[in-house]
Amino acid sequence: MTENNTIVARTQEEALALNVPLQEENNYTTLNLGPTHPATHGIFQNILTMDGERIVSSEMTVGYIHRAFEKIAERRPFYQITTLTDRMNYCSSPINNMGWHMTVEKLLEVTVPKRAQYIRVIMMELARIADHLICSSIMGVDTGAFSGFLYVMQEREKIYEVYEEMCGARLTTNMGRIGGMERDLSPTAIKKIKDLVYNSLPKVFAEFEELFDRNRIFRDRTIGVGPVSKEMAVSYGFTGPNLRAAGIDYDVRVIEPYSSYEDFEFEIPVGHNGDTYDRYKVRNAEVWESIKIIRQAIENLPEGPYHANENHYYLPPKQAVYQNMEALIYHFKIVMGEIDAPVGEVYHAVEGGNGELGFYLISDGGRAPFRLHFRRPCFIYYQAYGELIKGGTVSDAIPIMSSLNVIAGELDA
Amino acid sequence: MTDAPPGYGGPGFFATSLDKVIGIARSNSLWPLPFATSCCGIEFMATMGAHYDISRFGAERPSFSPRQSDVLLVMGTIAKKMGPVVKQVYLQMAEPRWVVAVGACASSGGIFDTYSVLQGIDRIIPVDVYVPGCPPRPEQILDGLMQVQELAKGESLRRRETEEYRALLESYNILEKNDR
Amino acid sequence: MIDNQRLVEEIGGQFGEKVHRFEENFGILGFSTAPEDLLSVVAFLKEHPVLKFNFLTDITGVHFPDNTGAEFCSVCLMHSWENRIRVRIKVFVPKENPVVPSLTPLFDAANWMERETFDFYGILYSGHPNLKRILNMDDMDYFPMRKEYALEDPTRRDKIDDLFGR
Repeated sequence: MTENNTIVARTQEEALALNVPLQEENNYTTLNLGPTHPATHGIFQNILTMDGERIVSSEMTVGYIHRAFEKIAERRPFYQITTLTDRMNYCSSPINNMGWHMTVEKLLEVTVPKRAQYIRVIMMELARIADHLICSSIMGVDTGAFSGFLYVMQEREKIYEVYEEMCGARLTTNMGRIGGMERDLSPTAIKKIKDLVYNSLPKVFAEFEELFDRNRIFRDRTIGVGPVSKEMAVSYGFTGPNLRAAGIDYDVRVIEPYSSYEDFEFEIPVGHNGDTYDRYKVRNAEVWESIKIIRQAIENLPEGPYHANENHYYLPPKQAVYQNMEALIYHFKIVMGEIDAPVGEVYHAVEGGNGELGFYLISDGGRAPFRLHFRRPCFIYYQAYGELIKGGTVSDAIPIMSSLNVIAGELDA
Repeated sequence: MTDAPPGYGGPGFFATSLDKVIGIARSNSLWPLPFATSCCGIEFMATMGAHYDISRFGAERPSFSPRQSDVLLVMGTIAKKMGPVVKQVYLQMAEPRWVVAVGACASSGGIFDTYSVLQGIDRIIPVDVYVPGCPPRPEQILDGLMQVQELAKGESLRRRETEEYRALLESYNILEKNDR
Repeated sequence: MIDNQRLVEEIGGQFGEKVHRFEENFGILGFSTAPEDLLSVVAFLKEHPVLKFNFLTDITGVHFPDNTGAEFCSVCLMHSWENRIRVRIKVFVPKENPVVPSLTPLFDAANWMERETFDFYGILYSGHPNLKRILNMDDMDYFPMRKEYALEDPTRRDKIDDLFGR
């Protein structure tokens, strides 16, 4: 590195004359990591400048699956935007969807019944578990252990079975509606959720943690790698598990409780150094907290309706559509998206799988949003990646990438 | 286990055409190149997992290197910025190669009819099998792979030399440097 | 406890005429300021010993085609974790000269948020270290989120309008 020395000697004679060490031509190599590299999880390109094993600098390129969500959102009626939020962070789509529904409910000033709020909490926490399971197990794959991935994928299938019971889909789960849920929790779903949070998941996840937590290779690859200080995390807009790993207990569920999160007892796990191992530990601790929340929610599930009486946005029951004139009119108007929303400007944030997921909505009174901006957490914190990998080796850069849990669909919008 | 192809057999010998034997070998050891960009890639992870287990179909080894793979599985939205990369990966694959467009986005652009999204990968590379769904279930992805197996089984060894195939590649502006 | 009333007093007291159009939307206080005052307002909120707006949540743009003379709006949302309060700052700029000062000296996170807004709307952030397109291709010659541009790709031919009911 030559930046610190003002006098640079390029030849042997110069070095002798000026009495400074000889500075050889830097032999930097350029390494192209991505966009189709298997360890980049989705498609990010990093052009690394390498000095031997060490990364000197990196240039990040994103936007390889830019799908123009915000532009589409300006052309779609409110209920159809759920299809977009579904595909944003596809590892935890219920959180995205319900965050969007809560944003619209804020605009419409609708109060959702307690039961619907609890069902939402259950679904969002299941989604968070699925998200963290993928991230933690993929970290294992990237450090050379495939078996952990196979263990927890089996549990994720069980979460997907609950989704299927709720709505029929596995990944893009359009199970929520503006005003509540599409359908109530069925007895089968309750049985499956209870089986998951009381029996199978704690067992398998404890086994998964045993595999990795004290594994020598895993610890060597992750401890002290890519540390994030508190100041850096705040300045770079970190939120979610990555921020908490740096030691700041910021969680939207606690700071601005939505959907009855204030009813539940849970802790915010925090790390110390903000390195890759801390991020992994914080995610795992959050899985346990989510299990705790789901247990409380399913035990104390209130009776009552599972959706609000919001005629303008919540579809009437099919039987009523056949027999009742008003229901038919509302059904038609909702499906065609002919209902004008009130004027307003809303920001609503939820704690997504990897941070504060915000929806900034400006409605001008039309059928579609005038402007809808998604605050995607990983888009904002991924810009620190170049800073994190600087000075490390390529083999450090890979676990750092997977521990940040960047989701291409969310990042590129 | 796979069934023997039709042929003439007797004590100690079995005669059939070379095409069929090679077809069986190829179809049961297809190495996929998972080109996962978005949601469908997560479903492919489930397909790779123990529950659905793509290895049962001879696709045990997901090959991330294009040179060593047989099937290009394009899973997820391909933006215009990504288009040249897909084509590059396809060009790097050796013959015989098959392409599966997994999911609505790869097949037709899906719900993303926007300025930035390529409206189906068949606009830049030839596609053999389309798997519908948004995202398709793992069973569907497996079915797509089995369709490729059928194609591989029935393909004549000389198909890649034919004028038709040349014309197809030329219509996509894909030059076959090695063949000429 | 800090509420929006207190915020109005603090900010109004410090900047007087330079901040205007105070409004409250669903609990979040919003106000406008001129481009030249943005940096000092944000720095004031960030450094304030009581308010402590330590976190830049978001920067985005909005296009109001009918708002002649102030077509573009750069919105930034700040959050005070300690006081659990948010504030929204808007800067309106004309389309002939859409220049807004960059917040990158104060927050590293502003870098990509501003690049994204530039990419979508063409709002120029003065003082930004690397203002170029981020999500779209470098050779794109328009700013796609502006209201006058269509959503669909104009060159596509495979989706025939008659079949898709357009």
